[in-house]
Amino acid sequence: MNTSSVIPEEAACISERQDSILTAGKSKKSIHCADDSLAGSVSQRACVFCGARVVLNPVTDAVHLVHGPIGCAAYTWDIRGSLSSGSEMYRNSFSTDMKERDVVFGGEKKLAACIDEIVEKYHPPAIFVYATCVTGMIGDDIVAVCREATRHHNTEVIPVESSGFISGNKVVGYRAAALALLRLITPKEGERVEKTQKLNFLGEYNLSGEMWLARRYLAEMGIEINVAFTGDSTVAALKQAPGACLNLVQCTGSMHWVALQMEKQFDIPFMDVNFFGAENTAESLRKIARFYDDPVITGRTERLIERETARIRPAIERYRQKLTGKRAAIYVGGAYKAIALIRQLRGLGMEIVLTGTQTGKTEEYATISSLLDEGAIVVDDTNPAEIERFLLEKKVDVMAGGVKERVLAYKLGVGFVDHNHDRKECLAGFDGAVNFAREVYISTCSPVWKYLRTPVGGA
Amino acid sequence: MAPVGHTGIVRQVNENQCQHCMPLGGIIAFRGIAGAMPLVHGSQGCSTYMRLTCVNHFNEPVDIASSSLNEKQTIHGGEANLKKALDNVRRVYAPSVIGILTTCLAETMGEDLDRIKRDYRSGQETGCPEIIPVPTPSYSGSHTEGYWAATRAIIAHYARPTELHRCLNVIVPHISPADLREIRRIFTLMGLEFTLIPDYSLTLDRPFAGRYQKIPEGGTRPEEIAAMPGAPLSIQFGATCPDSLSPGLWLEQEYGVPLITLPLPTGIEATDQLIAVLEKVSGHPRSETLVNERGWLLDAMADAHKHNAEGRAVIYGEPELVYALVRACTENGIAPGVIATGTRTSRLALCLEPLLAVLDERPVFLEDADFAAIETAALRAGTNIAIGHSGGKFFTERHGIPVVRTGFPVHDRIGGQRILSVGYAGTLAFLDRITNTLLEQKHSSYRRLRYEETNRTEIMEGI
Repeated sequence: MNTSSVIPEEAACISERQDSILTAGKSKKSIHCADDSLAGSVSQRACVFCGARVVLNPVTDAVHLVHGPIGCAAYTWDIRGSLSSGSEMYRNSFSTDMKERDVVFGGEKKLAACIDEIVEKYHPPAIFVYATCVTGMIGDDIVAVCREATRHHNTEVIPVESSGFISGNKVVGYRAAALALLRLITPKEGERVEKTQKLNFLGEYNLSGEMWLARRYLAEMGIEINVAFTGDSTVAALKQAPGACLNLVQCTGSMHWVALQMEKQFDIPFMDVNFFGAENTAESLRKIARFYDDPVITGRTERLIERETARIRPAIERYRQKLTGKRAAIYVGGAYKAIALIRQLRGLGMEIVLTGTQTGKTEEYATISSLLDEGAIVVDDTNPAEIERFLLEKKVDVMAGGVKERVLAYKLGVGFVDHNHDRKECLAGFDGAVNFAREVYISTCSPVWKYLRTPVGGA
Repeated sequence: MAPVGHTGIVRQVNENQCQHCMPLGGIIAFRGIAGAMPLVHGSQGCSTYMRLTCVNHFNEPVDIASSSLNEKQTIHGGEANLKKALDNVRRVYAPSVIGILTTCLAETMGEDLDRIKRDYRSGQETGCPEIIPVPTPSYSGSHTEGYWAATRAIIAHYARPTELHRCLNVIVPHISPADLREIRRIFTLMGLEFTLIPDYSLTLDRPFAGRYQKIPEGGTRPEEIAAMPGAPLSIQFGATCPDSLSPGLWLEQEYGVPLITLPLPTGIEATDQLIAVLEKVSGHPRSETLVNERGWLLDAMADAHKHNAEGRAVIYGEPELVYALVRACTENGIAPGVIATGTRTSRLALCLEPLLAVLDERPVFLEDADFAAIETAALRAGTNIAIGHSGGKFFTERHGIPVVRTGFPVHDRIGGQRILSVGYAGTLAFLDRITNTLLEQKHSSYRRLRYEETNRTEIMEGI
């Protein structure tokens, strides 16, 4: 059977989802997005709790305590591939493991007891306490329990208001995490944080060491990272955050609002950066150098960019030759990543035929549409049925996305690039650009597809 | 009853979970029913997490719908969203049955699923799929209980008074698709007709076909389930299954179908026990294939017994599998140092008691356990091999203990769906994995260890 010619017999789209799908160049209207997921549509989204959990999880020496029945903690245990240079505490999953009795009589006592146990066993510098659906529903006052525990134990016990039902959109959870982070970094009465020439790197989670790579570049330029939000961060380092002179913002979905608040509260200006792809990395480094406005830094920056660009050029060119003309699809969580991927895949000579996100905003989708060739599909909060349809219709060779899309792509004989929380390869910076190109190549051009796409007995 | 050998420490906090939540087990059971689509009544996140967990284990797309409850519905009731979800699932997936698994949120809201279902169905024209609601709040149990509860509910939904026929009921616990296929092969080799439930051997492990089937082919067919009350016998691999959730017991009590409860056939004794029952039921002796497979297993047991004697295992996971693995280990001279399950309402303690009473050294047994407790016990017991799902990797990585991956979920290795551990052939495959893991440890360390032992200055006493 030749699978590439198969077109699904039925239109897979639910009519209410029609406004969430656009064809680039053909439509002037804006996409319907940032709404609640449609019931029964098998959205790829998660929940508020998940959003908060992924943003805070990389705080390495904090205890992350999920207040609710067992599932919420079990499913998010070590959910992100964030790496640590020190404590591994964040890789543990703590749950108050609410049982029926706790739901009936309230879980506050159990929460307090759990905090006591954790403090006694580990003496962590901070405990993040996450609310879940049930604790929100029964009205457990986690703020009061945390306040009392903070006072009693003389350690930071910080509530995260992340009841899952508040929204199916992770972005709402990002805000809950942001509030918790702001609470942590705001100096208490009598505390003072000295201003420095260092910068904070917001929305960088040190997946497979990506923050470390950026730190190496910045060090070469003569700039020091104060603390990243939240990749490889510690509670003590985060408390120094107000001392930075600049905030870089990479994952805008999770950190744009934090940057705004820090500008207001601590007078720290911010700029958007993007370390995915060599061009984006070079642009971002130049932008940072311009902020410092120091000829020495500028000189070092240009030398770094020149050297690294030259170093990776042959490898990228090799992959580009193999990949030119191949067709790619993108479905990721946030728009900043989608935009970076469009640029990178294009740089490898590929055609982008589908781009979608779970949480993009109207203006971000406008940017995406403007970047794509006419006829490419743009989609918000899609589902397996739609992905299947587009992958087949558009004869996609490779897709970039998360775990749930991976198995679907493979079932259709389509290659796949893991651009998810749990990736094991560094995809940022100049080295990451080569790693990325390599990953696109090994999947797109794998010998296995020949067998999967050819009927038994030969073509 | 108090668990045997319990450490006696009562802790409030659960640190690193050994189990998942109840609806997840229900989803797997529904995946074993032909034409079924699971729908989780709760927040969007629940279904996405469970999809992710299943996808990572089975390496298959596993679609799970959600009623995507938000704040408004949480206050005013989720009925409208649930009905809309049912509509949309029908439009896209065209299922013949929709299994609604409730979440802790829906149960706390007090959603009346039976009424909503009646109401929804009465508003439909013909062709409305069957709807089977199963209460599965996370605070009431683990995925193991969810699996049994859903299997029981599915049977109770379809079962009809049926004239006596020859087809046996075969009810399986949560095992791998490869194990399901092996059980099917053994029953077929014995020349028996049977209904296997739930049968997700094809739905959660699909041969490549170039298409993604929204509802994969395979699964126990509704007409087969409907006829289960007419079976001469139910065989349920569920020694640890609590009576209140037991599908086989329900068939016995409601329809008088005699129930034979067997342990999961991993290990020579448990497999012998199964084959003996099947010989009696079929009236045929075992086939030559099975005779040979038993012979190969015995041969391997002899070949490996001295290597296996060095194994001191921490065994954890779902109760039925843990029971089977403990038996397979003790038969082969592998000492269980720690036996643990995250589940708290099984009959595992009762099942283990006679087995453990005769061991030289009594293992630590933990129920309702987390990995913090398992880790402490495993170190104290000096275990050198772990047997269970991928959750164990966090503590074993810290201490250099290898994990022989078995059970669910296996998310850090490929092929969780293909791990075979039942029957003579499966036991042999399991045993080889254990023995080779012990051998790898031995070969990579014995030169150094022998040097250290023979070159130290102090004399060891009491060896």
